[in-house]
Amino acid sequence: MSANPIRDADARARGAIFKRLRAAPAGEPVAVPDVAGYYAARAVPQDESRTARFIRHAQSWRAEVVETTPADWPQALAGVFADKRPARLLLGRGTAIAETVAGLLPAEQLRWYDEPLAGIKKELFDEVDAGITTTVGAVAETGSLLLHPTPAEPRTLSLIPPLHIAVLHERQIFETLHEAMSTQRWTDAMPTNVLMITGPSKTADIQRVLVYGAHGPKELVILLIRDGGGA
Amino acid sequence: MKPNPAATQVYLFATCVIDLFSPQSGLDVVDVLERLGVTVHFPESQTCCGQPGYTTGFPEEARRVAAAQLDLFPEPWPIIVPSGSCGGMLKHHWPKLFADDAARRAQAENIAARTYEFTDYVVNHLGLELPSGAAPIKVALHTSCSARREMNALPNGRAALAKLPGVELLVHDHESECCGFGGTFSVKHPEISAAMAADKLDAIKATGCDGFVSADCGCLLNLNLTLEKRQDALRGRHIATLIRERMAQGGTA
Amino acid sequence: MSAEAVTVRPEDFKLRSHEALHDAHLRSSFRGAMDFLIERRALQFPDLQAFERLRKMGEQVRQHALNHLPDLLETLEANLTARGVQVHWAETPEDANRIFLDIAQRHEASLMVKGKSMVSEEIELNHTMAAQDIECLETDMGEYILQLDGDRPSHIIMPAIHKTKQDVAEIFHEHINGAPLTDDVNELIGIGRQALREKFGAAKIGVSGVNFMVAETGTLVLVENEGNGRLCTTVPDVHIAITGIEKVVEKLEHVLPLYALLPKSATGQAVTTYLNIISGPRRDGEKDGPQEMHLVLLDNGRTQAYRETRYRATLQCIRCGACMNHCPVYTRVGGLSYGTTYPGPIGSIISPHLVGLESTRDLPTASSLCGACGEVCPVKIPIPDMLMKLREAGRHSVTESMTPPSQALVGQGTVRRLGEVLAWKGWRLLYSNAALYRLFAWLAPRLRWLTPPVQAGWTQSRAPLKPAPQSLRAMLAQRRRDGGG
Repeated sequence: MSANPIRDADARARGAIFKRLRAAPAGEPVAVPDVAGYYAARAVPQDESRTARFIRHAQSWRAEVVETTPADWPQALAGVFADKRPARLLLGRGTAIAETVAGLLPAEQLRWYDEPLAGIKKELFDEVDAGITTTVGAVAETGSLLLHPTPAEPRTLSLIPPLHIAVLHERQIFETLHEAMSTQRWTDAMPTNVLMITGPSKTADIQRVLVYGAHGPKELVILLIRDGGGA
Repeated sequence: MKPNPAATQVYLFATCVIDLFSPQSGLDVVDVLERLGVTVHFPESQTCCGQPGYTTGFPEEARRVAAAQLDLFPEPWPIIVPSGSCGGMLKHHWPKLFADDAARRAQAENIAARTYEFTDYVVNHLGLELPSGAAPIKVALHTSCSARREMNALPNGRAALAKLPGVELLVHDHESECCGFGGTFSVKHPEISAAMAADKLDAIKATGCDGFVSADCGCLLNLNLTLEKRQDALRGRHIATLIRERMAQGGTA
Repeated sequence: MSAEAVTVRPEDFKLRSHEALHDAHLRSSFRGAMDFLIERRALQFPDLQAFERLRKMGEQVRQHALNHLPDLLETLEANLTARGVQVHWAETPEDANRIFLDIAQRHEASLMVKGKSMVSEEIELNHTMAAQDIECLETDMGEYILQLDGDRPSHIIMPAIHKTKQDVAEIFHEHINGAPLTDDVNELIGIGRQALREKFGAAKIGVSGVNFMVAETGTLVLVENEGNGRLCTTVPDVHIAITGIEKVVEKLEHVLPLYALLPKSATGQAVTTYLNIISGPRRDGEKDGPQEMHLVLLDNGRTQAYRETRYRATLQCIRCGACMNHCPVYTRVGGLSYGTTYPGPIGSIISPHLVGLESTRDLPTASSLCGACGEVCPVKIPIPDMLMKLREAGRHSVTESMTPPSQALVGQGTVRRLGEVLAWKGWRLLYSNAALYRLFAWLAPRLRWLTPPVQAGWTQSRAPLKPAPQSLRAMLAQRRRDGGG
C-alpha cells in the first residue's frame, strides 16, 4: 500500500475529474482567439504622445512622476530623496542604478538586499521605509509599470516598504500590455514572477472610500528618464 | 420570404394578456394602425406566445402552445405585437424552441423575421408624425425589460413620444430597471416583486407626471394593479392608447 | 458579537430575503453601492461597439478554453510541475481541505494568511482549519473585517459592502489589541494594515485564489489592489493557491482581454494596482518567494456543469460581480440572503451545480428575467437562459422529455410539484387548442364576478387580476359589426 494517502486521494480525484471531462460532448467549435489581431485593430489615440499618455494615466492612479534626462537623473533622484527623506532605503546590488543610488545617500541609510528574505524580514517590515527598483517597461494605456523581480531585486523590494521608487526609461514605454509582452517575448522564458504595478496599493473596502496604502506601498514615485522613443 | 415593411396589410398578434385583461389597448393598437393606413388582420385562432410556460421551466408545454400559432400567419405580412416581451418571444425564442424540428423551425424563423413590436413599427416603418394641437401632457415611459433588450424598445418608445407634439417625457430614476413583474416571478417571489414595483412606482410618481405609458401589458397590469391596491389614482396606459388619444385630439386622419 | 460563523443556507432564501427587504438601512446602502458600481462601470465602457468587440474576445477566449478543458488542464499540470509547483486535484471540498491540512501539518503551521479567494469560501477553509487549531486569517481588508466579526461576504468583489465605517470602528476596537475607536476610514485602514503586517511576517503558509491560469506557460495570474495577495504569495515559505478547474486559458495573451474586462466590469477601474503573474516558487539564487508552492484544483460540481453543453457557459464566468451589481433582485435582498458562496444571478446558475437543485430551489426563480445580468456579462454568459434551463431541470426528471436529452443534475426534478405540473398541463391544453381557448375567452369575461379576491402571492401587493368585461376578440367582432375601422 502506498505510504502517501494524500497522493492517492489526489490521483483518485484526478482520475475521476478527467474521466468526466473526457466523456463530455464537444462544444460548438470557436475560432482560436486572435488576441494580437484584436489589439492591432484597436485605434491608438493620436492626440497626445505615448509618454504624455503614460504620465497622465500614472498620475491618475496617484503615482508621482518625476521627469528627468539621462544626464540629470542622479540629481533628480537626489531631489526625490530630499523630498521624501527615506530613513532607510532598500536596494539591490549590481543593478544599472545601484552605484549611482548608493552615491546619493549616506551608507547607514542604505540597506542592500543581500540575504534571503528570512534574514531581513523583520527589518523589512519594521524599519525599511523605502525601496528602489528598476523596471523592464511600462504601459501607456494604463499608466502601469512592468517589473520582473530578479535575485538582485526580489519581489518584496517593491512590496513591503511604504515608499516605492521606480526608475523607468522612456524608450521602454509600450502602448499596451500586449505590445510589451510580445515585444519582450515573455513566454520564451517566463520569469518566476512578472508584475504590472499601477499606482500605490489601495482599498475601498470600507464604505467605498478610496484609501491608498492598504498592504503594499503607500506612495509610488516614478523617475522617468526621457531618453526618447516614447514620443 | 423577405418582410415588406411598407406593406399595408399586417397581422396583429394581440397576446393573451391584451385579449383577456387589457382589450382596450388592443383596440387602440388596431385603431392607430388603421389611421396610419394599414389593414389589420386578427387571426381568430391565436391564443398565446407560450412565454409563461417557457420562462417557468415548462418548455415542452410552451412548445405545444407556440406550435398552435405557427400556421396563423400564411401571408408574408408583417406581424405586429403590441407587447415587447411577447414580441421578443416570437422573434428570439420561437426559433430556439423549435431548434430540433426542421419544418417548424423554418416556420418560426420566417415569423421571427417579420415580427415587429408595435412602437417600432409605427415609428420606423409607418413614419408616425402628428401635427401639433393637442393639449400638453407629461408622461413617464416604462419599457419592459425584454422589450428594451430584445426589441430595442427604449429608443423606439422615446422616438414615438417625440413624434407626439405636446407630450413631454419625464425620465424617472432608474428608468431602465425592471418593474418586478417577470411573469411567474411575481407569484413565486411576491415580496421581492412587490418591492421592485413599489420602487418603480415611487420613481415614476416622483417625476410629477400625469401618467405613464408602456408598450408591455404585463408590466402595466403589474403596476396598475399595485396602484389600485395602494388606492393611488395614477395609472399607466399602453403607448397605443396615448397615440390614439393624441390623434383624436389633434384631428389627424 | 460572536466570532462563530453565521450559518446561512440557500433553503432560507425566502426568509432571509424577507428580512433583508424590511431592513431599510441595508436596502439603501446596497442600492447606493450598486448605483455607484453601475455608474463607474458605465464610464469604463463609453463606446458600446468597442465593449461588444472586447467582450466577444473575452467570450471567445473562455469558450476556446472550455472546448479544450481536459487537454489544457493536462498541459497546465505538466508545465506547473516542471516549474516546481505541486498540483493537487480535489473532487469535493473535503478533498481540498484534506490537502490543506496535510500541507499545514507537514510544516507544523498554526497560522495561514489568506488573500481573497471565493473558492476557499466555497470549501469553508477557515472553518475547517480552525477545527484543527490552525488559524486561517483573511487579509483582504473587507474579508478581514468580516472574519473578525464572524460575518460573511455579501458581494464577491466588495465583501463588506454591508458594513458602515462605524461598524468597522467598533469591530476593530473590540478585536484588535490597542486599536483606538475611530471612524476615520484612513485611520481604520492604517489599523488593519498594521495588525496584518505582523501576521504576514509570522505565517508559514500563504493561501491565495487565482484569477486565471495559463496552460502553455504554467502560470497563475492574480488580480488585486491591496497588495495582500502579493504578500500571501511571496512572504510565507509555502504558498497554496486554490481555484476551480475551469479557470484555465490556453495562452498568456489570452489573459489580456479577460483582464481588460475584469476590473472594469467589477469596480469600474481600468486596471487593478497589481497584476501578479506567478510561474513557480523561488528559484535558486532568488531571495524571496515561497520555497514550496502548491495548486489545488477543485471540481465541486464544475464537471456537472461541463458535462452538458446546455449548462457549460456557466463556467465562462470570470467572477467580476457585474451581474450582481446590475440585478434588481440582488440589489434589494443583498448577497447574504442567497445563503451560497456565490450570490446574485451568477450564483443562481452556479450554486445548483455546487450544492444541488433541491437546496437551491428558490434561486433560479429569484429573477424577473429582466436580462440586465446577461447584458453586462463581460464574457456573454446567457444568464437568463441558464436560469430557465435550471427551472426546467428542477421540475423535470430526465426520464421526461428534456430536449436535447440530458443526464440528471444533482437534485434534478426535486422541485417538481404535482399542482404546478397540472397547472401547466392545463395551460397547455387551453392555449394550444384554439376552439377551447375561444370558449374560455367567451366565458372569462362573463364569469369575472367569480374572480377570487386573493390570488396566491399576486394579491399581497396588488389588486386581483380580473378579466376585462369584454375580450379583445369580442370587441373586434363588435367593431366589425358596427362597421368601425
